[in-house]
Amino acid sequence: MTRRDPEEMTIAPDGRPLAEQPKWRRDFPIDVPQDQYVGRREFVKFLALTSFAFAAGQVWILAKSLFGVRPAFPEVEVARLSALPVGGFLQFDYPAPGEPKLLVRLGQDRFVAFDARCTHLSCPVIPQVAQGRFHCPCHQGNFDLATGRPLSGPPRRPLPQVRLEVRDGRVFATGVSERTS
Amino acid sequence: MPVPTDLNFYIDPARCIGCNACVQACSECDTHKGVSMIQLDYIDRSRSTQTVPVICMHCDQPTCAEVCPADAIKRSEDGIVQTARKARCIACNNCVLACPFGVPKMHDAASLMMKCDMCYDRTSQGLKPMCASVCPSQALYFGTREELEELRPNSRAVDSFRFGAQVVSTRVKMLVPKSFAENLLAVTAPLERHHPGAPGAAYVDPLLANLYEEEPA
Repeated sequence: MTRRDPEEMTIAPDGRPLAEQPKWRRDFPIDVPQDQYVGRREFVKFLALTSFAFAAGQVWILAKSLFGVRPAFPEVEVARLSALPVGGFLQFDYPAPGEPKLLVRLGQDRFVAFDARCTHLSCPVIPQVAQGRFHCPCHQGNFDLATGRPLSGPPRRPLPQVRLEVRDGRVFATGVSERTS
Repeated sequence: MPVPTDLNFYIDPARCIGCNACVQACSECDTHKGVSMIQLDYIDRSRSTQTVPVICMHCDQPTCAEVCPADAIKRSEDGIVQTARKARCIACNNCVLACPFGVPKMHDAASLMMKCDMCYDRTSQGLKPMCASVCPSQALYFGTREELEELRPNSRAVDSFRFGAQVVSTRVKMLVPKSFAENLLAVTAPLERHHPGAPGAAYVDPLLANLYEEEPA
């Protein structure tokens, strides 16, 4: 028996050399070494195409942030000053129903409003004004009452903040800013 | 780690006593629990009790892989034709029908072809395959050529087989008596004998003619 070169491809039934074989036979060799072989040209092609895809993705993100449509927020009246004492809080849905937000009156003229869903796993947070924090009971996460930034527990991102306007003795919500830090 | 090239599998059908130990040992393997990759075939059940163990012969040009439309059967660099890749096998039965030795078997419950891979987990570590380690008459022998020549001075290994027009060379070797001079086992030769005296037929399909041959009175 002739010892075969382990790098050699299985001889096709017609016995012709590899160069004369149809493309499918070269693309789907029976031998594992040939099947797993990646040529330099193939590897460089992979590198170039992958890099191009990443670069194109960056351009796409840039174009989206420059020309993309920003969501328009409605101006909604949330509360009357007279109805909310200092240290009191109020839950409201903004900008759409099913998106709960919390309004807290910190001082005579200081109002803040944050998303009521914990940034960890979306449990509803509980405002604890006396302790100066929002508390998430699911995994013992805490957020600062004044800034919405995470204080302790699993959450790493701050609560999205609602932009507020106070005029004529009424509080209006004018927008929501998502924050990453 | 590949199977060492100096380790070969030898089958000596003349030594097979039909004890089914290999079948049992194979089905106890954890990689295919309960399913045996080896089978015992009766050579001529009506006339003889002679059996022969059938394992994958690990062809140099594996017909099963040639006919696989899903690219599921691969041959590793040590010449072992591996069993079908689970994720690729489409249970089309092409390999089952094409293999001249009748080795691949379809497991319908798993929609997967499974065949002998010469206990790749064992042989790649230098161990004997399960069947060869339990065979009491050593009809299945796994070892080097030198060991075999010392143990079986009257036998000779053949690794080429002819099935009709197809010649197959294999990694697994078949032992024949030393007096048998040929290097090619013409497996289908008995089926190809024409029957010149057959009445009323210009051409008799050799395979069918053999199947329906009358018993001599």
